[in-house]
Amino acid sequence: MKHKPDVIINTIARLMVPFIQMYALYVMVGTEGAGGGFQGGVVFAASFVLFVTAFGITKGRSRLPESWNTALSSLGLYLYAGIGILCIILSLGIANYLNYGALPLAKLTGIAMTRGLVISFVVEVGIALTVMAIFASIFFDLAWKSEDEGGEQ
Amino acid sequence: MIIPIDLLALFFLVVIALAAITVRDLLAAIVLLSAYSFVIAAVWVEMHAVDVGFTEAAVGAGATTAFMIAALARMKREEKR
Repeated sequence: MKHKPDVIINTIARLMVPFIQMYALYVMVGTEGAGGGFQGGVVFAASFVLFVTAFGITKGRSRLPESWNTALSSLGLYLYAGIGILCIILSLGIANYLNYGALPLAKLTGIAMTRGLVISFVVEVGIALTVMAIFASIFFDLAWKSEDEGGEQ
Repeated sequence: MIIPIDLLALFFLVVIALAAITVRDLLAAIVLLSAYSFVIAAVWVEMHAVDVGFTEAAVGAGATTAFMIAALARMKREEKR
């Protein structure tokens, strides 16, 4: 059985997917502080699940190809670990991992503001990219073969 | 935190969990587990643990249900007797 497009499901998905992704971005970087990266990534992956449910898996896979999955899942880890290594290098004598006060941005905005900015826009985005890529990869791998063999997903 | 609402919701949780492990239809079991996640997310929000409740609603009721339905598409729907 091939994937059959349905006008109600397609319209609702077309309306809902941008709002779900916007909400995921709000959960990721909306607040100044730790927490929210994992949930934002999961909500972002859920938007891909909705897209695949509405438009079929081949079209969904063309929106998020396999090479992007691999690249994004490692890019998130490199963002998180890289900011820690950068802090070790920049705080020479102390060598603290994730010592945000050693970044050059702290001279401009102060340590507390720098900590909030770096956590929101670097660390949380890194966590969310990895979680989103891995969850979408698990779902695509589970749902991929079932459409070829004739089942529904 | 209101005690009678908590007790009612936890009673519903026990009923849903017993139904999920006794039902034969696997799709019904998946839907019951999704309902379990939703009710326990409501309990956590009602107990002022909004972060935990949000994570449970996103992962338990959203992503895990989609994964289990995608896995169910590859096997028989009825449990063996």
